Amino acid sequence: MTLILDRVSVRQRGEIWLDDIRLETGTGLTTLIGPLNSGKTTLMRVVAGLQPPDSGRVLVAGKDVTSISVRNRSIAFVYQRFINYPSLTIYENIASPLRLDGRFRGPAIDRRVREVAELMGLAGLLDRRPAELSGGQQQRTAIARALARPVDVLLLDEPLANLDFKLREQLRADLKARFADAPGVVLYSTADPAEALTFAAPTVVLGEGRVLETGDVAAMYARPPTLAVAATLSDPPLNLLPGVVREGRSAEGGVLLGIRPHQVTLAPRGPGAVELPAEIRLAEVTGSATFLHLLLRGERHLVAHLPGTWRFQPGEATRAYVDPAHVLVFDEGGDRLPLSGAEVDLHG
Amino acid sequence: MTRPDPRRRANRAWLLVLPVVVSVAFTAVIPLMTVVNFSVQDVFSPTDRVFVGLDWFYEAVRRPENREAFVRTLLFSAQVLLVEIPLGVAIAVAMPRRGVWVSVALVLVALPLLIPWNVVGTIWQIFARPDIGLGGWTVANLLGVDYNYTLDSTDAWITILVMDVWHWTPLVALLAYAGLRSIPQPYFQAAQIDGASAWATFRHIQLPRLRGVLTIAILLRFMDSFMIYTEPFVVTGGGPGNATTFLSILLSKMAVGQFDVGPAGAFSLIYFLVVQILCYVFFTALTRSGR
Amino acid sequence: MADIRLEGVAHSYDGGRTWALRPTTWTWRSGRAYALLGPSGCGKTTLLNIISGLLTPTEGRVLFDGRDVTGVPTAGRDIAQVFQFPVLYEEMSVYDNLAFPLRNRRRPKQEIDRRVREVSRLLGLDPVLGRRSRRLDPGRQQIVCLGRGLVRHEVAAVLLDEPLTVVDPALKWTLRSKLKEIHRDTGHTLIYVTHDQTEALTFADEVVVVNEGAIVQAGEPAELFLSPAHEFVGHFIGSPGMNMLPAEIAGGVVRVAGADAGAALPDTAAQAALADGEKLPPGPVRIGVRPEFVELGAAPGVPARVSGVDRMGAYDLVHALVGEHPVVARTEAGTAYEPGAAVCLRFPPERAFLFRDQVRCGSLGPLTGKGAA
Repeated sequence: MTLILDRVSVRQRGEIWLDDIRLETGTGLTTLIGPLNSGKTTLMRVVAGLQPPDSGRVLVAGKDVTSISVRNRSIAFVYQRFINYPSLTIYENIASPLRLDGRFRGPAIDRRVREVAELMGLAGLLDRRPAELSGGQQQRTAIARALARPVDVLLLDEPLANLDFKLREQLRADLKARFADAPGVVLYSTADPAEALTFAAPTVVLGEGRVLETGDVAAMYARPPTLAVAATLSDPPLNLLPGVVREGRSAEGGVLLGIRPHQVTLAPRGPGAVELPAEIRLAEVTGSATFLHLLLRGERHLVAHLPGTWRFQPGEATRAYVDPAHVLVFDEGGDRLPLSGAEVDLHG
Repeated sequence: MTRPDPRRRANRAWLLVLPVVVSVAFTAVIPLMTVVNFSVQDVFSPTDRVFVGLDWFYEAVRRPENREAFVRTLLFSAQVLLVEIPLGVAIAVAMPRRGVWVSVALVLVALPLLIPWNVVGTIWQIFARPDIGLGGWTVANLLGVDYNYTLDSTDAWITILVMDVWHWTPLVALLAYAGLRSIPQPYFQAAQIDGASAWATFRHIQLPRLRGVLTIAILLRFMDSFMIYTEPFVVTGGGPGNATTFLSILLSKMAVGQFDVGPAGAFSLIYFLVVQILCYVFFTALTRSGR
Repeated sequence: MADIRLEGVAHSYDGGRTWALRPTTWTWRSGRAYALLGPSGCGKTTLLNIISGLLTPTEGRVLFDGRDVTGVPTAGRDIAQVFQFPVLYEEMSVYDNLAFPLRNRRRPKQEIDRRVREVSRLLGLDPVLGRRSRRLDPGRQQIVCLGRGLVRHEVAAVLLDEPLTVVDPALKWTLRSKLKEIHRDTGHTLIYVTHDQTEALTFADEVVVVNEGAIVQAGEPAELFLSPAHEFVGHFIGSPGMNMLPAEIAGGVVRVAGADAGAALPDTAAQAALADGEKLPPGPVRIGVRPEFVELGAAPGVPARVSGVDRMGAYDLVHALVGEHPVVARTEAGTAYEPGAAVCLRFPPERAFLFRDQVRCGSLGPLTGKGAA
């Protein structure tokens, strides 16, 4: 099974929602990651056939489905807000798409419902109604309903965003296993880098309605091609400091240095570490780690993510260290330069 | 290679609208065109008619009784809105929001809405009579007011107004109640925390969030009261004198009573336009102020 | 500002059939930043609404600095509350929103203006003071809501009920540190309700963990993380949560999958209850150890097999199976372990605990020679 988006664009009220999207995915999971309003939902709606594109084609298994209505496409859609039929039992909720599909009859429906319920950990809850379940169970029901009928394309639009943190963590791991043997294309959108990294599936980074990058998510995290990709995949957020390229290098002029909080240390790691005198603004202790908010030269904000518990007084002076090998260098347009942090001077 | 335009699929939506277009044509446009047809002819008999151009329109505007009826109706609508909207909102605010009393209150409030219009007229025609009607007798004898709606034009006017308020304030109250119920609890909790008085809570939380339903309530009540016919026709027949002869009563007298279909047609078209324009003005004013 | 004390406070929404909050006694000390952490439906919002007076508890008393306020309505309690989504007076300007609580209390005009401008400067709202509040983005709107709480000088506490739910992930980090700075600058008592352990731990001086209507454990973030007293705290705090591995105590030694994991040391509190005062009684226990402290290596240790590796960018998660029980270890990025590899797990003393019936009964100590067997 393949899904191809060929130069798909969507414009609404003079705004560009999707800009010349080219995308090709195969059977199994593909992660779609991007910040708010990056076009994730619009792209999924185009694939589902809920949003006709202004230009471009959608091909499923090599067949152009652009002008086929949503009801005649083989798709399932899970929304951020779990949507179930409140008056039906969990069993009937999961069975509903099978009953509408002519290919399933009595015992086959029953078998399939129980199979999927087992898979999603709902086996003991089949007689309940959605209102009697927790948020996580309700969302699992919605996902089970989407999984019940074999479809060419399964779309999940930030399905975990509305759930409790711990549930999200647990379902994230569960879903990874569930999608491993999906028969069709699974397109999963999220804004949370932890989800994308856990899935470790082929990943598409979206930004402002465009595909910024596609590929292996761990590789993208390590070597992001642009600042936008780096920012999308960084949580806690990337530190940004202005710098100037030293003379005689492959590039010149002003640059931006991207430093991940966990790369900032209070003791030099490696011989080339750069020392930065800093003033402590705030220390957030989480038990496993400490987020230290630092002020460099009284103006630049830098956050350090230190393992363990550290005690500091606000206003205290300290020295932060950064290993230049782990610094990302971007030009002013946001493209990453093939430079090491050692080839750049911090600005000012 | 040509590809089907995805937009063409969206155009199919127009097909779905077609039944509505057809039924509106039969129920509204075609009857309206008949009226337009009459309004430009002088009909002596079904076979004998003369084209008179806009003469009937000039006459409709010039006739003093038309003008008086127009002002009267406008005044009536204004009074209806001034009384029913605040009163309806007040009732809605006072209604219980949860517990067993909710359904009791809803049934009590909705009761007048369930009565057919001509029955409402009949009820009030008897109820307000100073000799045998409970209401009229109470006002005349217990309160000592010289009240008789069949003789005194002010009394007749007030009777019709009170009847309309009794009949239609519940509609406003129910709409407003639905609007109030849709306000999330945290808004009221925040107001409590901010120490807002009941009035401030109403003014800054409830009222702004009632804008939508009140727009609908005002439009409905305006259109309905501006075209009021059945109730005053049953209670006062437009009298005494012309005191409660509203536009629609005058119009039906003209068209049905005197078979002046030409002037009546012209007059009803002007009437129709006035209702449209005033509704438009209300609607724009109310939605604009919300932005 | 005041100490807020709950004495035997309990609440039931259905006349006593089920309890949303079971009898709770707890004091919120003046000027501290608290987080109330628990899963949805655990009773944390009920607790919050009892403090603010939006809810009168079925049982118990609420005391502000010793004054019984159980029957006092919200407006009389000097409490500010920020809700899950921005609750604004939408047709008012930002300035009027901030001034509203003071105007309701009929403060003099100059004082109102002075306070509004102080708070506006503190929260960085100066550029939008004149704007209609509904035109702001949700993040700013929440800040205005916070400002409405802070504008009253005398507020005993500011209650925040999952205030960052509607905010963009990247902005959450900024707003949270902002909130912490505001706490430092104003010294208000803050009580922050959340289901997100990162939010709770980074924000609070003291975290109160709630589950099924009762406080399970309270303490500083590091204490909860390093020394959980209950399996729920181990699981709920930390990401991923604490590993729980079934084991057996025999002869004062904790054994897992045929290997000795360490000596069974009773907790001091548990020790007092033990009859012989020496060792934990034999029988099944669960070893609780955080992924951060699981050490991977060659023998000796508990034999396991690597079942998967999540490369999370800043770190790796190595999943292993001891028998059929999963254990997660958090390692530096770039670990060399591959699925299928055999590995031995070691649980460092002082970082691994023993739980019985979900409650901590002891910890894992170093094995002292062979004497224990």
